[in-house]
Amino acid sequence: MPTDLDYLAPTTVDEAIALKAMPGTAWLLGGTDLLPQMRAGRKAPERLVDLKRIPGLHEIRESADGGLSIGAAVPLADVETHPGVLDRFPLLAECAKTVGAWPLRQRATLAGNLCNASPAADTAVALLALDAEVKVASTAGRRSIPIREFFLGPGLAALSPGDLVTEIVLPAASAGFRGSYLRLSRRKGMDLATVGVLVGKSNGTLPARWRVALAAVAPTPLRLRAVEELLEAKGAAAAGEAAEAARVACRPITDLRGSAEYRREMVGVLVRRGVESLG
Amino acid sequence: MKKTITLEVNGVPETADVEVGTTLLRFLRDGLDLTGAKEGCNEGECGSCMVLLDGRPVNSCLVLAVEADGRSVTTIEGLGKDDVLHPLQKAFLSHAAIQCGFCTPGMIVSAAALLREKPDPSEDDVRKALAGNLCRCTGYRQIVDAVHAAATEMRAAASVDDEAGSGRLAAPEEVTA
Ligand SMILES: Cc1cc2nc3c(=O)[nH]c(=O)nc-3n(C[C@H](O)[C@H](O)[C@H](O)COP(=O)(O)OP(=O)(O)OC[C@H]3O[C@@H](n4cnc5c(N)ncnc54)[C@H](O)[C@@H]3O)c2cc1C
Repeated sequence: MPTDLDYLAPTTVDEAIALKAMPGTAWLLGGTDLLPQMRAGRKAPERLVDLKRIPGLHEIRESADGGLSIGAAVPLADVETHPGVLDRFPLLAECAKTVGAWPLRQRATLAGNLCNASPAADTAVALLALDAEVKVASTAGRRSIPIREFFLGPGLAALSPGDLVTEIVLPAASAGFRGSYLRLSRRKGMDLATVGVLVGKSNGTLPARWRVALAAVAPTPLRLRAVEELLEAKGAAAAGEAAEAARVACRPITDLRGSAEYRREMVGVLVRRGVESLG
Repeated sequence: MKKTITLEVNGVPETADVEVGTTLLRFLRDGLDLTGAKEGCNEGECGSCMVLLDGRPVNSCLVLAVEADGRSVTTIEGLGKDDVLHPLQKAFLSHAAIQCGFCTPGMIVSAAALLREKPDPSEDDVRKALAGNLCRCTGYRQIVDAVHAAATEMRAAASVDDEAGSGRLAAPEEVTA
C-alpha cells in the first residue's frame, strides 16, 4: 500500500460527494473487494473516503411504495437475516448468504457487491430478478438507475466517478417471489461461483410469474426474460425447453474455475432443477 | 499518511498514530504485540486473522486500522481472563482440535462469535460459521466437536448463573449495568 495514502470518514452524503471531486479518490465500504485489489496493484487510489460513518446508509427500511430500501453500508450478514428480506424477498437472502463466508459478510455490503460489477456477483442475480433500483447521489443531484441498466461489462457499472450509491430499493411489486439460487463452486464456502442460477416464481398470482437469472456465465450477470416468458406461457412442464433456451443464451468463458463448455452444460442442468423444484 | 486513532482493545483504551495503509492485523501484531491473530493469506480467505470488531467476527487483514477508530476490538488474547482459559480454549485442548495451532486463534474467535449468537448451534451452524477458517493440518471433526462441547459447558454455566440470580430482586443485567 502506498505510504501517502489518505483516509477520510465523512458523516454525511453531501460531504462525501464533495470529497470525491479530487482525482484519485475511491469510496470504501466493506473493503473486501477494494483492499485486495489495492494490494494486488490493480487499483491505486490516493485517498479513501469511508462511507461507513454516514448514519443514514446503515438502515434497512420500508420504502414509501411498500418496498424495502437497503442502505449502502448495510453488511450482507444483516441483509440475509433481516425479517423483511426473509419474508418478502427471500431470493435476495438466498443469494446473499452464498457470498464468501460468514465473517466476510460482516463487512461485505450489497452496494459493494454491485459496484464491483463482477460477472460472478452473487447478489446481482437476485437484484436483477427483483427489478431493484439503485439510488445514486452526486454533485448533479439524485437519481435512480434500474438494475437492468447497471451492469455494462466485467468490472464496469453504469456509474460516473462522482456517483455514490446510497441505497438499493426492492420494489413492492417484486415481493413474494420464492425459489432457489443453485450455485456451483470448487468449495462450498469462500469461492466465487463457477455457475450460479436463480429460478424464482411468484407466490399466489395467476398466472404465475417466473424469474431466471444467471451469474458467472457472461460478461455481466444476466436476466433471461425470454426464458421467463416461456415458463409463464407453459409452466414448469416446460423445464427442459427452458433449460435449453438458457443454455443457448449464456455466454460463458473458460477460466480457472471451469471451462466454457462445462459452464454452459451446468446452466442447462441447474435451470431444469430450479424450475422442476417449483413445479 | 498517518492518522491518530483511539480504540478499545480487549477492554483497554489505546491511542496510536498509524499509517492509513496499515491493516488492523498489522497494528494489533506490530503495534500492540498481540500476536494471537495470524497473517495467513492476507486476502480474507483463510480466517487466521479473525478478531471481533464491535462484537462481529472480521478478517483483520481486510480492515484498515483507521477503520477501527472509536471501535472496540477483541482478539484471542481477550477471550480468556488472566490464567482462566475460555471454555472454547479448554475444549479445543481436550478434544485435540489443534495440530500446528496456526489456525486455532481464528477458529476460536469465529466460534465465540457464533456461540454468542447461537448458544446451541447445530452441526451445520458450526460448519457454516467456520467455513471462513481454514485448517491445513487435520480434518474439522475435532474442531466441530470442541465447539459443541464448549457450547454445552457455556449453556450449563449460564443456567447456573440464572438460578443463582433468580432469588435476587434485580435482573442480572441490572446488577451488572
Ligand atoms: C475471500 C473473499 C471471498 C469472496 N467471495 C465472494 C463470493 O462468493 N461472491 C461474490 O459475489 N463476491 C465475493 N467476494 C467479493 C466481495 O466480498 C463482494 O463483492 C462484496 O460484496 C464487496 O462489498 P464491499 O462492501 O466489501 O465493497 P468495497 O470493497 O468497499 O467496494 C467495492 C467497489 O465499489 C466501490 N464502491 C464502494 N462503495 C460505493 C458506493 N457507495 N458507490 C459507488 N461505488 C462504491 C469501491 O470503490 C470499490 O471499487 C469475495 C471477496 C473475498 C475477499
